[in-house]
Amino acid sequence: MTLHQPEQRAVTGPGEGQAAAPARRRPARRSGKAYLYVAPAFLVFAAFLGAPVVQTVQYSFYDWDGLGRSTAAGVSNYVSVFTDERLRDSFVHAGVLMLFYAAAPVVVGLFLSALISRAHAMRSMSFFRTVLFLPQVIATVVIATIWISIYSQDGLLNQTLRLVGLDSLSRVWLGDHTFALIAIGLVGTWLNIGLCLVLFLSGIGNIAPELFEAARLDGAGRAREFVAITLPSLRGQIAVALTLTVVSALKTFDLVFITTRGGPGNATSVPAFEAYNRAFNTGQVGLASAIAVVLTVVIVALTVSISRIAPRESE
Amino acid sequence: MTKNRLFRLGAAVAAAGVVLSMSACAPGPSGDTAAPSPTNQASKDISSAGPVTLTVWDQNTDGGISKAQEQLNAEFHDKYPNVTIQRTVESFSDLKTTLKLALSSNTPPDVVQANQGYPDMGAFVAAGMLRPMNDYAKLYGWDGYYPEALLKQNSFSSDGKTWQGDTLFGVSQTGEVVGIYYNRQLLSSLGLQAPKTLSDVNSAMAAAKAKGILPMAFGNLDKSPGIHLFGVVQAALAGAPAVDDLVSGKSGAWTDEPSLKAAQQVADWSKQGYLTPGTNGVSRDDAVATFGKGGALFTLTGTWLQQTMQDDLGPNVGFATLTSTDGKPATTGGQGLAWAITSKSAHPDVAAAYVDFITNAKAAQTLLDTGNLPTVLPADYQPQPGTVAADIATQYRDVQKANGEVPYLDYSTPTFYDTITAGMQELIGGQSDPQRFVDTLQKDYAGFLAGKK
Repeated sequence: MTLHQPEQRAVTGPGEGQAAAPARRRPARRSGKAYLYVAPAFLVFAAFLGAPVVQTVQYSFYDWDGLGRSTAAGVSNYVSVFTDERLRDSFVHAGVLMLFYAAAPVVVGLFLSALISRAHAMRSMSFFRTVLFLPQVIATVVIATIWISIYSQDGLLNQTLRLVGLDSLSRVWLGDHTFALIAIGLVGTWLNIGLCLVLFLSGIGNIAPELFEAARLDGAGRAREFVAITLPSLRGQIAVALTLTVVSALKTFDLVFITTRGGPGNATSVPAFEAYNRAFNTGQVGLASAIAVVLTVVIVALTVSISRIAPRESE
Repeated sequence: MTKNRLFRLGAAVAAAGVVLSMSACAPGPSGDTAAPSPTNQASKDISSAGPVTLTVWDQNTDGGISKAQEQLNAEFHDKYPNVTIQRTVESFSDLKTTLKLALSSNTPPDVVQANQGYPDMGAFVAAGMLRPMNDYAKLYGWDGYYPEALLKQNSFSSDGKTWQGDTLFGVSQTGEVVGIYYNRQLLSSLGLQAPKTLSDVNSAMAAAKAKGILPMAFGNLDKSPGIHLFGVVQAALAGAPAVDDLVSGKSGAWTDEPSLKAAQQVADWSKQGYLTPGTNGVSRDDAVATFGKGGALFTLTGTWLQQTMQDDLGPNVGFATLTSTDGKPATTGGQGLAWAITSKSAHPDVAAAYVDFITNAKAAQTLLDTGNLPTVLPADYQPQPGTVAADIATQYRDVQKANGEVPYLDYSTPTFYDTITAGMQELIGGQSDPQRFVDTLQKDYAGFLAGKK
């Protein structure tokens, strides 16, 4: 972070870095030195992230059980990812989870932060903020176990339903083909609302109070204030929140692993779970790698598109 | 990072992967990996082996069996002070995922517990990781001690492609069958006897349902109980030999009449409300606990829960296995995981002596004393009549005598566990129908058999 501009550019792309700093003396030597600064971080990255990624791509072109000899498979593993009904469904499920993990928390988070920001003078505000953020801090295993009990036959949800006379609706939610995925999705919503809320509240805190004052003087109502000032000012925070939550939706693994193992049937199978399952249980390492590669591409593509919402630093 | 640069980075990674895959370095071992033949002359001479550390990986985590294992290990060390046992113990599912990595290493454990069937033992044998044990079977008399059918379950062809082949790759320490535990009090309040056939089960469950008693506590959240439920019903309808041939790939199809009928039976039970409500979302432990509190007439699970049942219900619980339509006992079960020796072990003789020590007739007594069911029951073993232990011993002997053990159905293909457990959840949940269920099984099965040729 202490490097100044030209060197930083040289880091991300040596060729362009040099071109971008034409007026500097002896640019070649500078960029050489820059490589040295980057080397330790790059070597760690290459050894522990780069090499495994390349290896995963390599595995995805083979049929391999993880033990014996492998046979070249061409692109057949990738064809399977898109043609195997079960694998295709797992990506659809991830898409559904995105609504619950990303869209819902951002919308609810925006609404709640608009409400809460009016109460920021309250003394116990930091307490509530901590409580709302708490789900993010608890280990997923604990969260999953709590929700298994809430969703069980005599769990909190069914007790509540019975209490208000909706006995006929009660069921074992995680065992129900139609509702299991939604049940898991709602855990994600609950989990991510706190994150979004804390992000948005800090964003609102950064908006100059004069803006609101001016709007109020101009006779803007609360809704108008929100749409005209709060929302545009939160573009950066929304982009960050969406990136984090969308990625968390796509790489959901632990919650599914603990609550349903992809069941009932395949109703809650997700790509990350399938990648694990195929690699370590059914001995299809090549196919598992192909799933992982496709998942990575999807995540990167979505992250890049979301980053377009964010205001550009240079603007 | 701009989109362009990102694209270039992605392309570079993909290109590197493609180049790697085209070059010679394919994943997995290169060259010929035909199953190794024994490199040493099998010998019983352990004392002269000098100081040896034997690394052992097992899954004997449950109370009774863990105690037995510790006791046997200590006794072995007393007998051969030059041998030190280094034990790693993991739960079944942990062992299933970590064993593959451990076996791939250059210094694998000497003795491991391998699950039978294609997904585990078959894959290990095909990769040349397990040592054939036919010579030790002769040396220690295992071929006379174990029933033929049980030795077959622990055998493969030497290339790992055909299960129940002519090469032995392990022996088992414990026996197990899946059957029906019943609540004696509830059963006699309905005026009924312990079930012997599927129709007995049906009429008992109908009677229980009519009286407002939950007919069968069954939790299918963990997925594997589905295999037990279908396996028991299928064995009762098809008979043991037919299912054994089917699972081992010798003959038959999953779409055959008895399997379809079995699927229909399970679907009916679910529809008639004979199983725990929301069974797909109920864990096995919860279902067993319901039964343990006297909340159900039956529960369907394995003999490995003998001690739990005894603790929960005492003299009030009994155990039954079913006979098939030809009058012969037929049920899912057989034996626990096989104790195998790795081909890279530097001390196969010591390893074999250890495997024999923890599985032989003397070990069987230790197992009984700690509340476990040994693979071969001593001929003079007579538990107290009227206890669940007595029921289990009798049923186990009868099934074994009639060669009535049907292997766990997931041994069929490497992916069968996933296929059948997901299928069962859908069948029980009503998202699938019996015909679709058996079609899905057959598709997986036929694909695997075609690939083997």
